Amino acid sequence: MKTILRKAAACSAAIAALAVTTSLHSASAFAQSEHEYTFAMITHAQPGDTFWDIIRKGANAAAKKDHVKLLYLSNPTASGEAQLVTNVVAQKVDGIAITLAFPDAEETTIKSAIAANIPVIGFNAGTDAWKSAGLLSYVGQDETIAGKAVGDKLNKLGAKSVVCVDQQQGAVQLEARCDGIKDTFKGSFYVLYVPGYDMAATQSRIVAKLQQDKSVDYIVTLGAPFAPTAIQAADTAGSQAKVGTFDLTPRAVSLIQQGKLQWAIDQQPFVEGYLAIDFLWLNKVNGDVVGGGQPVLTGPAFVDSSNIADVAKFAKAGTR
Amino acid sequence: MNAITESVETRVARRQVQQTPLWKRILKRPEVGALGGVILVFVFFYVMAPPFRQLSALSTVLYQASILGIPAVAVALLMIGGEFDLSAGVAVVSSSLAASMFATEVTGNLWIGMLLALVLSLGIGALNGYLLVRTKLHSFLVTLSTFLMLQGLNIAITKLVTGNVATADISGMDGFDLGQRIFASSFHVFGTSVSIAIVYWLIFAAIATWVLLRTRIGNWIFAVGGQGDSARAVGIPVKRVKIGLFMVVGFSCWFTGMHMLFAYDTVQSGAGIGNELLYIASAVVGGCLLTGGYGSAAGSALGAFIFGMTTEGVIYADWDPDWFMFFVGAMLLLATVFNGWLRIRALSRSK
Repeated sequence: MKTILRKAAACSAAIAALAVTTSLHSASAFAQSEHEYTFAMITHAQPGDTFWDIIRKGANAAAKKDHVKLLYLSNPTASGEAQLVTNVVAQKVDGIAITLAFPDAEETTIKSAIAANIPVIGFNAGTDAWKSAGLLSYVGQDETIAGKAVGDKLNKLGAKSVVCVDQQQGAVQLEARCDGIKDTFKGSFYVLYVPGYDMAATQSRIVAKLQQDKSVDYIVTLGAPFAPTAIQAADTAGSQAKVGTFDLTPRAVSLIQQGKLQWAIDQQPFVEGYLAIDFLWLNKVNGDVVGGGQPVLTGPAFVDSSNIADVAKFAKAGTR
Repeated sequence: MNAITESVETRVARRQVQQTPLWKRILKRPEVGALGGVILVFVFFYVMAPPFRQLSALSTVLYQASILGIPAVAVALLMIGGEFDLSAGVAVVSSSLAASMFATEVTGNLWIGMLLALVLSLGIGALNGYLLVRTKLHSFLVTLSTFLMLQGLNIAITKLVTGNVATADISGMDGFDLGQRIFASSFHVFGTSVSIAIVYWLIFAAIATWVLLRTRIGNWIFAVGGQGDSARAVGIPVKRVKIGLFMVVGFSCWFTGMHMLFAYDTVQSGAGIGNELLYIASAVVGGCLLTGGYGSAAGSALGAFIFGMTTEGVIYADWDPDWFMFFVGAMLLLATVFNGWLRIRALSRSK
């Protein structure tokens, strides 16, 4: 009951935030001259990942609309990401949007940014850490809630034995997804680690797992690029296991349309990138702090055969 | 210096008169240690992991091995020739990205895309070789630079051309079916699905072994890697051999890249990083020396097989997945230590 209330509060906060932004944009009083502010977006993205590209597109869209200059920087290591914060503080940017993937490493540098009077907003990763790190707001999916939603869905679909494909061993947000599923799913559950984007290795490891445990009837991939490979692996292993995935790619969309992929759980990365920048802008021009101490949730939203037609046209443009 | 060479030659000549028995000659081959490692790891998982015993499991293991093994054969030749290639892992991805983008965004024809990707891959190899012989830097540094540059180019150009960081799905294009049949199909043996990549891998390993042991070019490769200056002195075109070897690696990257493209339809531009070390590891486990001049192409296939058995075996054995990489590393260490021990015993006994 408590979680439902919290979810509802967060959702309404998100809706309110959206409403505020839209109405503000229409008010010409806030129209700013070109590039009045410079905001930095710092992420832990692995280069060349479709998902992060959508976040960046969202951030760009907000930056364009708010007439601010956007610095997009990323480094997949803890020390690297923390170093980027130090760099942009030295550059005296007007605001920082950051993914708290490695809270312990980032906290000190974030404190120095706040001490320098730079507003900092968290997004995408760090649901548990953003408040103690002193951030104004947090935009993203609560990965544990998303995982729990998947667990419930799997129960409803009658799955008995699930393999969860994790492409980055040790990443907190992926672990949280797994833990969420484990929490609500009633059947047997196994995590399979695969090495980054090496599809041949991913395929053969999933095949091996399906050959090892023939009772597996559902595969959940924690990243959408791995869903087609999981489908192929089930085919190769002669397994009847069905596939669902976290996140969405154009490929995943067409696989849902073909009925080969059962569902995708979307955290709407475009919204994460967009709102993070927009919230910084609101803070600068109007002193607003959004969320009321709660995270502003952008997901989970299930995409399946029932709503795929609507989602497909946006996915094609690379924004969903 | 001369005296030493002469004495070695006379000793070798005398032993030839004595007619070394076949089993001793086999035991002295560089890949013997790796063969021992293969048997050890195979027996280990055969006992430990019942699902490993199925024929379909062997097919899965061989598939994983073949994807590493095809570039590893070429990398083994290069290492015998005394050089490294750290760019091979991302070069595979460069090749499949290039083929996919030339096909979908530029020419609209899959076959022209594949051909241009082949030119590109051979070009990357030639560039590596050319930079090496021109700058006289160590190949470790030269190919480290190309590795990093390709890694950046893969992402930057993909984004520039497609607007995304992964290429579009090519599975609907003309010629896809034929391409898939050539590079990424599978056939059935005793009811088990077997990937064609395995067949190519074995063919490439056999050809490379034949070239090394039975042709003049093979002798050149050993000579260039063992004693570069002496090789040049006796008239071996050292620079051409080295550039050629880099181009062979380029070809193997293209071939693997085409398999990846037709097997998985889309390509993530950030892929491939880290695989170069697995190619080198396969070659070294298979008996290649890091210093060049010694090694075996067939051995690299055994090295890749050990790696395939280890990564898949851990899954078949159903060990705790959190420990996955630890188990893989420990098994590889075990296999290589056994491998080295066996090699030393074989060499000392046949004195």
